[in-house]
Amino acid sequence: MAVKQEELNFSRNEQSETTMLPGSFAKAMRTNVIWQFIRFVVINLKMLVVVSKSH
Amino acid sequence: MARVVILGGGVSGHTAATFAAKWLGNGHEVVVVTPNAKWNWIPSNIWVGVGQMKKEEVTFDLAPVYKKAGITYKQAKAVSLNPEGSETETKPFVTIEYTGQSKTGETEDVTYDYVINATGPKLNFGATPGLGEGSQLGDHTVSVCTADHAEHANHKLLESIEKMKKGERQKFLVGTGHGMCTCQGAAFEYIFNIEHELKKAGVRDMADIKWISNESFLGDFGMGGLHMKVGGYVVSSKIFSESLYAERGVDWMIGAHVSKVEAGSIDYELLDGTTGKENFDFAMLIPPFAGVGLKAYGKDGSDITDTVFAPNGFMKVDAKYDAGAYENWKASDWPRTYQNPTYNNMFACGIAFAPPHIISKPMSSPNGTPINPTPPRTGMPSGIIGKAVAHSVCDLITKGESAHLHEASMAEMGAACVASAGKGLTTGTAAAMTVYPVVPDFEKYPGTGRDTDYTFGEIGLAGHWIKHVLHHLFIYKAKLKPGWTLIPE
Repeated sequence: MAVKQEELNFSRNEQSETTMLPGSFAKAMRTNVIWQFIRFVVINLKMLVVVSKSH
Repeated sequence: MARVVILGGGVSGHTAATFAAKWLGNGHEVVVVTPNAKWNWIPSNIWVGVGQMKKEEVTFDLAPVYKKAGITYKQAKAVSLNPEGSETETKPFVTIEYTGQSKTGETEDVTYDYVINATGPKLNFGATPGLGEGSQLGDHTVSVCTADHAEHANHKLLESIEKMKKGERQKFLVGTGHGMCTCQGAAFEYIFNIEHELKKAGVRDMADIKWISNESFLGDFGMGGLHMKVGGYVVSSKIFSESLYAERGVDWMIGAHVSKVEAGSIDYELLDGTTGKENFDFAMLIPPFAGVGLKAYGKDGSDITDTVFAPNGFMKVDAKYDAGAYENWKASDWPRTYQNPTYNNMFACGIAFAPPHIISKPMSSPNGTPINPTPPRTGMPSGIIGKAVAHSVCDLITKGESAHLHEASMAEMGAACVASAGKGLTTGTAAAMTVYPVVPDFEKYPGTGRDTDYTFGEIGLAGHWIKHVLHHLFIYKAKLKPGWTLIPE
């Protein structure tokens, strides 16, 4: 069975062993244009709220 | 007719100057004293440092913008302040030394009614032997603190890439060059942009990439870390950061004070007192920041620098500087109006104001070497504070000395931070984060010190798009193009 990239990264050293790592689906969604366009709108709205609370 | 002199033309000074000029109109004079001929959108220097933008894309000439705004522009550096005037000058004044406008080296005393100190930091490369001399970058490492530095960094990066293509393995070391550095965010962005570019160049497997930082844990960022909402969880920035480093195959060394830099290696001391040497082929180490070294003199010529400035060279404002031990620190220690407590017509904004203390928990090695990040005062808070200070000064001029001062405490202010992790229209990513408030308030938010409804983060292409939009938006605003006041700081 092929070794997954996140398994390789976990085993690199002790530092990497105890963190969380994204799997292939999470990584793919990070650059999925349709999903990221939705996130673009959502993040902008959230940031606008923070900006408005700061002025 | 009143004269407002603004020392510095960076994010905070430029914001203060342009709003002051707009609000005061032609009836009063706004003067900007800055040694630079160009304005620089510093967050995009990261992309210059990896060859994804040119220097000209992140800078523009200040003179035509100030001419359009009716601002008197003096390309000069401030040398000293005389807040009481002198024996021959009744008004307070600032002594400047020209760095351009065909007057290089000439000095001038510029009188003022109000002065806003927005000088930003001195890049204190000289604090670490071998990192540089004074504010000058040395020969062994690179920097992305200025557009010129970033351009130089890209040349060195390309040299390393060429070596890797010829089969020569390269070690990259990126982070902070001293135990008291701030601005980890810039180094964070640079290391992941390097990693992204090496992948694109097909040489990632020939590179060892290591992070070195004065943070006691990854994700401290000079703010004592933060707890943020990520994917429905409330997560420590430690986990968030470690995840990204592990995913990208970047090793890390934290709690590190770089004590010496030589060609191809650094000496370091860790929080546990151990010392060591780390080799590199390419290193980008952020220098610590200090005040620019302004002096202050009384009417009789006596040196009153200690009255006006804190020992680190930053200007004293309405902060609580005697808070004492870490256990006593409160959000209310942080300044609200940025007015100098001794001279009411002096204000400071951006990096130039002296914070009451650091935000992160203070730490030092068993040898007594302090190793902790100093507080970030750049970006969004810098712009908001600059605008608030300009508002206060304008009200003092137009409404009289009893006018209410505007407030912008970093303990009541949020910040949006977009940290690039690689550039590309469809392949780029960035960590988009907001934090509210910047300075944690454990009385108001007893759990994490911050409001987790407004403190969140996620990594993705959307963050990259936002950083790109912000690049164009803020340069548009800084050029005072139509509707610039509608763009928030």
